[in-house]
Amino acid sequence: MPEPVRVARSRRQPAHTSARRGQSAFEWLDDRVRASKHRQLLNHIFPDHWSFMLGEMAMYSFIFLVVTGIFLTMYFKPSDTMVVYHGSYAPLDGTRMPEAYLSMLNLSFRVRAGLLVRQAHHWAANIFIGAIVVHMMRVFFTGAFRRPRELNWMIGATMLALAIFNGFLGYSLGDDLVSGIGVRIAYSIVESIPLVGSYLAVWLWNGTFPGHIITTRFFIFHVLILPGAIAALLALHLAFIWTQEHTEFKKKGASEQTITGTPLWPGFTAKSGGFMLVVFGVLVTLAAVVQIDPVWQFGPFVPFKATDAAQPDWYMGWLEGALRLWPNWEVNLPGHMIPVVFFPAVLLPLLTWAIIYAWPSLEKRFTGDRDRHNLLDHPRDRPGRTAFGVGALTFYFLLFVAGGDDVLSNFFHFSIEDFVWGMRITTIVLPLVSGLVAYKICLELQGQRRRTARPRFLIVERAESGYYAATDGLAVPGEEEPDPLDVEEAGNRAAEAVSPLDERPPTPSGTTESRRAP
Amino acid sequence: MPEDFNPGTEGSGGVEGKATEHLPKGTIEPAEMVEVSIDAPQFQVAAAHPERVERGIAVMFLVGLAGFMGFGASYWQNYSNFWLGITLGVGFFGLGIGMVAWGKYLMPRGPFSEARHSAAPTPEEQEAFLTDFTSRGKVAIERRGFLLKLLGAAGGVFAIVAAFPLLRSLGPLPKMLFYHTAWKKGSYLMTAEGRKVHEDDLEKGGVLTVFPQGDIGGALSQTMLIRVEDASYGYVVTAPHRKTWGPKGYLAFSKVCTHAGCPVALYQKALNQLLCPCHQSIFDVGPGRPATPVFGPAPRPLPQLPLYIDSKGFLRAQAPYDEPVGPGFWERGAN
Ligand code: HEM
Ligand code: FES
Repeated sequence: MPEPVRVARSRRQPAHTSARRGQSAFEWLDDRVRASKHRQLLNHIFPDHWSFMLGEMAMYSFIFLVVTGIFLTMYFKPSDTMVVYHGSYAPLDGTRMPEAYLSMLNLSFRVRAGLLVRQAHHWAANIFIGAIVVHMMRVFFTGAFRRPRELNWMIGATMLALAIFNGFLGYSLGDDLVSGIGVRIAYSIVESIPLVGSYLAVWLWNGTFPGHIITTRFFIFHVLILPGAIAALLALHLAFIWTQEHTEFKKKGASEQTITGTPLWPGFTAKSGGFMLVVFGVLVTLAAVVQIDPVWQFGPFVPFKATDAAQPDWYMGWLEGALRLWPNWEVNLPGHMIPVVFFPAVLLPLLTWAIIYAWPSLEKRFTGDRDRHNLLDHPRDRPGRTAFGVGALTFYFLLFVAGGDDVLSNFFHFSIEDFVWGMRITTIVLPLVSGLVAYKICLELQGQRRRTARPRFLIVERAESGYYAATDGLAVPGEEEPDPLDVEEAGNRAAEAVSPLDERPPTPSGTTESRRAP
Repeated sequence: MPEDFNPGTEGSGGVEGKATEHLPKGTIEPAEMVEVSIDAPQFQVAAAHPERVERGIAVMFLVGLAGFMGFGASYWQNYSNFWLGITLGVGFFGLGIGMVAWGKYLMPRGPFSEARHSAAPTPEEQEAFLTDFTSRGKVAIERRGFLLKLLGAAGGVFAIVAAFPLLRSLGPLPKMLFYHTAWKKGSYLMTAEGRKVHEDDLEKGGVLTVFPQGDIGGALSQTMLIRVEDASYGYVVTAPHRKTWGPKGYLAFSKVCTHAGCPVALYQKALNQLLCPCHQSIFDVGPGRPATPVFGPAPRPLPQLPLYIDSKGFLRAQAPYDEPVGPGFWERGAN
């Protein structure tokens, strides 16, 4: 046997092995984990901008969802077994209903603060996904997804898909008449997938619809598998943000190589922690004053009953609209078929996410820009991207509108036929128009900016000989924003002005000195 | 604020752009912290009148405290949802707004700036990592191609067999599940309450959801029974080969929408149309109108159940549905 090779490792001794009495709790803990070594983590800088709080808003809504969700699992019964209700809500007394629905009634009427938590949880789901979407818009329109942040863009896109799925599952757990119809449609959508659809549907539901086990299965996905996946991805998302560091806007003092903002401790912690509580406050206040998903009014799910004008949660609206607008086209192959719902409900989401995932590389291909970017774009400076984003948003928004076509056509006294045809055309035409308009507006804004921000004084001098000579003067006094195109140099020049370290004594070692701007 | 609080972890003053990008990691080790005078303007609080802000924050915290206490009281007294939520909301708002204000106005004004740590890796770094990873002492992975392949094969087989219990055990095989409903030749038409339907049960323009015996409430066998308005009480012929399917003005269609499976629950007797509430598909019914979709996303007519009226006047099925009911699926094929 050869001698074991000793792997080189620093054998540092702890700085001081305190045997003192009366150690502080911190010292006791630090003696074991040595946190003090990472003092500089406290200084991690987070740039300040309101739009950077959108991601936080999503994150805090998620935390809120987990906490309220844990409360709900204590009382919710994920069971499709039929039972008879005898409870305090008189209109349903004696009704046969699934146990799941019954436990929802008890959560709403019997468990103290149960209704509050139920409503807060449902509101949080809606706001969670809303915040994600707006956060994603921020990331898109400012180009924050560019190298090196493409992976984080994809992680985010995955979380969005999971969040929508999970929202749908949670909504479906109630087994009420409105959500039950959504589950019926979901069955048909799964069934529509070519090759494997029938198998998947029959396996997931344990037979043909309704199958009598789906609530149990949805439940475990809703409370464990999907939230677990979101939590894991969120951790990764945050780890990326930490190591890659947050982007910031082009402004005086900003440069690709520096980061300016508030340090983690104490400023950012206080502001962000406070913001978390404000988000919580908004959610419980909504739960107090705005009713959401009153399952007791809908009645339990009965497969042969349907409600009129039932609307899903907002984030399902685009799919609902797509289902309504897609014409009755099926693909018939010899012995096989691709059913109508496959196109709007499976293919459209697949295409949507394919484009989202591919966008960072697509844009690289279009622009040839493969550089690392830490400074954000102003949307007007990237008219092509902005136009695409505006067009896409218009498209999905119109689908969302079409999701309420029955309600809307009633309201506006259109016949449903006219309304649907109108929406079909609008959904195709308007995104193109709005994209074009956005493009023009971007150019307009750029031009305006150049016109107003660039003029300089001419310094006119009269020479001895009597000639006049004009030379370029300084920029207009008070012009704050540098041109985005030459912001980098400006930033490097200006960075010195904002650094608090200017006050420091000269650095002893040459390393930092050597990197200073000449 | 601790004496050596230091926002910039390394010399960050004006960092010259191009130089940092490829500096070896070591030179920007965040170890070299520099003392900064605590009197620097960036370390002064942001508020012009800190005492006033402090008072404001104290008020917010008190409001928050009151809110939480109110919540406790509301819970104890079993007050309404409104009071529980409002008090809790006030608690969160008070605390949250106070904290944000604290962070915004009573903490070092900044701004703080430092060099980014997130430069691109250098080729040398990557090279060194890869060497370590694949060829530690020439024994690790580099020359074990065959073993790696075997390991991969075993892993792959495991993944496949693991899918059996994970997926296959979930439910039955589809086989003919989508092709049959519980309707049989001779089945009585039953109401949701389990009563046989008699020929006198429906008025003209009447409508009723019916099921076969043994499957009351069945999601696939649910059937819409209508008595058409304008027909004389003879046979209603929806299509040439369905001469006897609609006795005495009665017609029965599958209630499962061919679009996405919702119950086609609405009958507009004036227009003789069935309407699906989910995505507004409309089906024409009546003489010469075999539930043909005339509007909306539904691609196929609703299958029709052939009826007869037995000697006691009860409505019964001549035969099961002659095609799968409901939405399409891959194996269905065209017909
Ligand atoms: C569960 C949902 C999500 C949560 C909780 C979340 C959370 C966050 C947080 C807290 C930040 C830092 C603050 C900020 O920039 O707003 C962030 C940044 C980021 N997020 Fe998300 N996010 C989610 C979904 C998404 C989605 C859907 C995308 C895009 C498809 C995305 C892409 C990014 C990117 C690229 C960054 C870095 C931005 C930068 O450095 O400027 N995230 N996210
Ligand atoms: S399910 Fe009937 S129209 Fe969509």
